[in-house]
Amino acid sequence: MNWFKNKDTLYGFLVILPSLVLLGIFVYGFIFQTFYTSLTDWGRDPAQALSANPQIRFIGFENYRELFTGFVDARFRQDLVNTFFFTVFFILGCLGVGLGLAIVLDRGPRGEGFFRTIFLFPMSLSFIVTGTIWRWMLQPQGGVNQLPTLVGLPKGEFAWLTSREQVWQVSWNDLPFVTALVVSVVLVFIAIAAFRGGERRRGYIASGSAALLLLWALTLGRTLQPLPFDEMHGFNLAFIGIILAAVWQMSGYTMALYLAGLRGIPEELREAARVDGASEWQLYQRIIFPLLAPITLSAMIILGHISLKIFDLIFAMAGADNAPTDVPALLMYLTTFRANQIAKGAAIGMILLLLVAAVIVPYLYSQLKSEVRR
Amino acid sequence: MQKLWLSLMLMLGSLAMAQTGKLEIFSWWAGDEGPALQALIDLYKKRYPGVEVINATVTGGSGVNARAVLKTRMLGGDPPDSFQVHAGQELIGTWVVADRMEDLTPLFNQEGWMNRFPKGLLDLLSYKGKIYSVPVNIHRSNVMWYVPAKLREWGVQPPKTWAEFLTVCQTLKGKGLEAPLALGENWTQQHLWESVALGVLGAADYTNLWNGKLRFNDPKAVAVWNTFGRVLDCANKDASGLSWQQAVDRVLEGQAAFNIMGDWAAGYMTTTKGLKPGEGFGWAPAPGTAGVFMMLSDSFGLPKGVKNRANVLNWLRLVGSKEGQDAFNPLKGSIAARTDSDPSKYNAYLQSAMRDWRSNRIVGSLVHGAVAPESFMSQFGTVMEIYLSGRNAQAAANAAQAIANQVRLGQ
Repeated sequence: MNWFKNKDTLYGFLVILPSLVLLGIFVYGFIFQTFYTSLTDWGRDPAQALSANPQIRFIGFENYRELFTGFVDARFRQDLVNTFFFTVFFILGCLGVGLGLAIVLDRGPRGEGFFRTIFLFPMSLSFIVTGTIWRWMLQPQGGVNQLPTLVGLPKGEFAWLTSREQVWQVSWNDLPFVTALVVSVVLVFIAIAAFRGGERRRGYIASGSAALLLLWALTLGRTLQPLPFDEMHGFNLAFIGIILAAVWQMSGYTMALYLAGLRGIPEELREAARVDGASEWQLYQRIIFPLLAPITLSAMIILGHISLKIFDLIFAMAGADNAPTDVPALLMYLTTFRANQIAKGAAIGMILLLLVAAVIVPYLYSQLKSEVRR
Repeated sequence: MQKLWLSLMLMLGSLAMAQTGKLEIFSWWAGDEGPALQALIDLYKKRYPGVEVINATVTGGSGVNARAVLKTRMLGGDPPDSFQVHAGQELIGTWVVADRMEDLTPLFNQEGWMNRFPKGLLDLLSYKGKIYSVPVNIHRSNVMWYVPAKLREWGVQPPKTWAEFLTVCQTLKGKGLEAPLALGENWTQQHLWESVALGVLGAADYTNLWNGKLRFNDPKAVAVWNTFGRVLDCANKDASGLSWQQAVDRVLEGQAAFNIMGDWAAGYMTTTKGLKPGEGFGWAPAPGTAGVFMMLSDSFGLPKGVKNRANVLNWLRLVGSKEGQDAFNPLKGSIAARTDSDPSKYNAYLQSAMRDWRSNRIVGSLVHGAVAPESFMSQFGTVMEIYLSGRNAQAAANAAQAIANQVRLGQ
């Protein structure tokens, strides 16, 4: 019992014990419960779905198999593709706009405080409010599409939230191949970084795995087809409106982060660089942007998990039933609470959790590691 | 003798109990529909002044939010005393098969309702020969709305079949009307689909679709999707951004000639828009569906294990009574489910609907929960998506059949 070397440690432990227990039950316990539910057939038999004492059978990963390869679950697969594109454009948009605004504000224009408030303001709204406002503006018959008529041009024709056009279509059957390609490219980057940093062993392992994966992708990966037919998925143009609203809402936040980062860079560094003859562009490229890298990373993590979980914004802007703007979180709601497919809803929830974990866990890991080093 | 005393005491006891306590009514009637519910509640309070009525309304059109709340409460063991539900499979396929509702057949016999409601309706309310909910109103789903003056101007008649509709559509397009049919968001597209299905298949085969005798991938049912696609070509492209009211507005403004919508559209046009039925707007059965009344109905049931059972039974008695229905429906813009209600309380459109209700063949609506359980209905949206993205009738039909198998439709 040398855990409790003194009374303070014991008190400390007792104080956090209730929250540990609650966390254990209401977070991890329920995650486990959801995972177990996702492995059952709860909801397949309508007579059992909502009965007082449902008979639930264990069916393993059948629900997951159906989601990824079943005939009627095409919507889920489109939703995953939607989430991917939404996340990419949302993060790029927020980082780009946020950094731009921060650089402008950092140069100390007149009325800086005023603009800072203006840009940060959207973040104080809830996604529901943002969604409602933007829905009005993006009505196909009104709002933004009417703007050109103010200067005498014909009105816009873009169906902001309702377009059914898709670009960059990929067949779902190419997914194993594409994934393997992407992962091996990442591995190659890791290998290059390792060789540069002098970690030879790590470099060899990374490049070796990349080569293996590429080999698999080019041979067996081409023959692995989850579906018996080609199913095309791509970027729904209707998402442009949603991405605009989401970027509008969150770019003020990245601006604040970047502004704090920029203000944290000592003036001496800039002076020194200028004395050494660096141009303004070189100053940003070589000094300031590298120093902002950790901020970019944390912004990406936060924006990334927001975009994976996004529900309310889309619910308010386009409704739950508008399939061109559907995402897995909405589908989970519909599947569980409208279609009564409780196990399948749980499976979608677990997939979402895994996606968020894939973003958060590496970040937490690196944070913890750096804390331990400190 | 002893038995008589006992039953008398029991009766007295239940009467005494019925006059106190609480009654929680769970519904999604807020906003425009609130006053109609309030009229019913007022009537109840007049009859049973000792009972405290709790109006637990969850807002959200067509009950989208209310149903999720209801599910949470039922699964959590806290059922509301009586809840609003679309009559038919929405109740049966969700709650009756799960053994959560009480059989109301004795109440129907006791109140003599068996021959007050049309048989087609009782069939839709029944599961294995027992009746599970009391319908308070009837809406008609297969109605086509138009503006008579505009049609005269364009020189067209309301089409009688879908083939005729497509011809009229071409005529109107030739006269510069871009989208002769006004269409709204996702569920109104499914609403259009069910009218097309009824018109193409006819009442018998339409009914067979829901009892499993006609498969969705049968050539006859695939033909529905083909017609549906050609009808969609007559509709506006920005449909999913419009509410049903905005779609009706397009007809009233002359941007479109027709709209297929349930008869709450008549309520919207008379009450909100102040138009006179027959003059400001006209109506006809959706093409190919004359003589058939596609119905949906709001009803109340009795969940098992409620706290105030006697009060609920009194509530259900009121809901099914002539007095209750004639208080509720003129305000709601629907007609009474009973066939003996008083026509003088209703406007011109509703009177015509009442005549049809008493004489037409009755079938149930898909989108509004009468013929298919929730599990089918909500996944039918996916079928619609498969069709809209690829316009492949066979693929949509296959998907519909796959879902029907999965949820054991008609078994």
